[in-house]
Amino acid sequence: MTKANSTKSKGSETKSSEESSTARVNRELSRRAYRTMLEARLLEEKLAALYRSGKIVGGVFLGRGQEALSVALGVHLRRGDIYAPLIRDQAGRLAFGDTILDTLRTYLGSSLGSMRGRDGNIHRGRPSEGYHAMISHLGAMVSTVCGSLVAKRFHGEKSAVGATCIGEGGTSTGSFHEGMNMAAIENLPLVVVVANNQYSYSTPNERQFACSDLLARAAGYGVSGHRAVGNDLVDCLGVIGKAVATARRGEGPQLVVADLLRLVGHGEHDDASYIPEVMKKSPLGRDCLELARQSLIAQEWLSDDEADSWHKAVEKEVEETASKVLREPAPDPSEEDWNAFASPSLGRNL
Amino acid sequence: MSSITYLEAIRLAQQRALKEDPRVFIYGQDIGAFGGAFKATKNLAKEFPGRVLDAPISEDAMVGLAIGAAIEGMRPIVEMQFADFSTCGFNQIVNQAATLHYRTGTPCPIVVRLPSGGTPGSGPFHSQSMEAIYAHYPGLVVMTPATVEDAYTMLLEAISIDDPVIFCEHKFLYYHLKAESLPSAPAEALPFGKARIARPGRDATIVAYSAMVHEALAAAEELVQDGYDIEVVDLRTVRPIDTDTILASVARTGRLLVVGEAWPWGGVASEVIARVASEGFGLLDAPPQRLNAKETPVPYHPALWGTHRPTASSVANSLRQLLEL
Ligand SMILES: Cc1ncc(C[n+]2csc(CCOP(=O)(O)OP(=O)(O)O)c2C)c(N)n1
Ligand SMILES: [Mg+2]
Repeated sequence: MTKANSTKSKGSETKSSEESSTARVNRELSRRAYRTMLEARLLEEKLAALYRSGKIVGGVFLGRGQEALSVALGVHLRRGDIYAPLIRDQAGRLAFGDTILDTLRTYLGSSLGSMRGRDGNIHRGRPSEGYHAMISHLGAMVSTVCGSLVAKRFHGEKSAVGATCIGEGGTSTGSFHEGMNMAAIENLPLVVVVANNQYSYSTPNERQFACSDLLARAAGYGVSGHRAVGNDLVDCLGVIGKAVATARRGEGPQLVVADLLRLVGHGEHDDASYIPEVMKKSPLGRDCLELARQSLIAQEWLSDDEADSWHKAVEKEVEETASKVLREPAPDPSEEDWNAFASPSLGRNL
Repeated sequence: MSSITYLEAIRLAQQRALKEDPRVFIYGQDIGAFGGAFKATKNLAKEFPGRVLDAPISEDAMVGLAIGAAIEGMRPIVEMQFADFSTCGFNQIVNQAATLHYRTGTPCPIVVRLPSGGTPGSGPFHSQSMEAIYAHYPGLVVMTPATVEDAYTMLLEAISIDDPVIFCEHKFLYYHLKAESLPSAPAEALPFGKARIARPGRDATIVAYSAMVHEALAAAEELVQDGYDIEVVDLRTVRPIDTDTILASVARTGRLLVVGEAWPWGGVASEVIARVASEGFGLLDAPPQRLNAKETPVPYHPALWGTHRPTASSVANSLRQLLEL
């Protein structure tokens, strides 16, 4: 055996074990992502049913068809990161650590939920745990996440990233532009994922922006741009994984734009009849959950049986959690302090 | 002993906060090396590298950044270049900062400094008094200091409390108002949220805040010649509002004039009158009155501006009318 030979064989051994560990990571990540998408989908179907039966008041805004893109961001974040999800991010929220239980509690207004009936539906979070609670006003969360990242910089925390999502309609706000520009100036480790689902409520893209490609804006802001296929889980995981890793390395803000369709109305009150059939039947309209299942099974990362058993298990968990939450106490107006101030000294002296 | 201006008190309070509290940083347009449009942060960027940061012209994102930083444990101060431009950050202030603690239980300890009020020649967009708009929203503390000492101690207090504070500092007082020395700690000042009797009297009460306290005091002096003894209450903070001190004063005098530099419609003066009318109707010997700016945008020309806002002489006229009712 020559030295060169032994080195070579050692080298190729390392390489193949690296490959298999990358494959293992991909396999585990994809499986976790798929399972979370399934949870989001089945949970949202339950939310829609609860809405139709009058148990949920206010709006129900679902992310059906956008789970792959949403989850791909959530699974790449970790404890210590900042995450400000938006309307269609049930999957990303669950991946980041939100639960089926707290989602149901918030929608059903349980006093045990993190929002305690004071806010509902998608307007939920636990800011003290890096999980920002969106306000409705689109675009506003971009700069908020920037602020949390600036704080982390002050604290000397180097490896955290911040992430937020938005629809293509939300990118037209001044708030969004201000936030992106600010992130670029401060060179913050921010990842912004734009879900271009072609409609903002009923408004088609021709009435929303005039540039041919939203990704072109990345250069204008001075940030890196990435494109993902919005209903392809594997692609989303790869592209967003890269964007998150790049931000984490300190290489500044990353803008990801992905085309897709929402496979529901804007809210459950809306039948989305304004979306043309031909668009629904185009590749954009393919269901990311179905595609993900096929792709994982094709890779032999998941079997049909396992997928079916996950489906049953998640369905059961959702049903059981919902019946539990339906029995939980509603907030009691007479026990509220009706005080918006945090300083105890301000109390009732308003 | 060199005298300290209201503006210098604001600079010194920020300097002290930066020195004593590593969580504090300041964010605003032109506030770094340049020291701010009014020099309220002069030399602070040099003294505290990396903690006095120039912001882009993005009021919405400036406030958003402060909110996000506060969530992660910082104590940001945002300097608006003029109060008037805070309208561009309005959404973040009233919808995110003001609601955060109520919704999530996470406090939002930010301070937004608003160089407020009129000065000659400043015109419609560099003269506004916005305290009533912000005070309307539950969850916001709105401070309106009228003295050099209060500018100093109240700003320190604003930084230390867990709630978002809109700090309305009056541009007219920046250079006009001077004090010999500053209190060494906020504890030496009145408790937070407490109004101050700026001048004791027995014939009528003027409730005022910010620059109008000085017009009220001058009017009270003028009425001494007429044989009247006027009490002046300085609100200090307009939210929370110290109804107890106002009612106690009206109980002594039986007559109330509220003076505000802002417009009357739905403003602080109306709020004070509503409270006194509903909670202290029996204390009143005459209908409560208010004197505010005229109901047009703030005019540019000093002659127009001087008439648009209440002044010592218009306050004195209103007082004379009130005393005859
Ligand atoms: C500043 C602002 N204006 C209006 C609305 C009302 N609104 C809520 S969602 C929505 C459409 C958003 O479209 P898009 O950003 O494309 O997201 P999508 O719903 O398609 O996921 C509108 C107009 C809002 N939330 N915020
Ligand atoms: Mg859209």
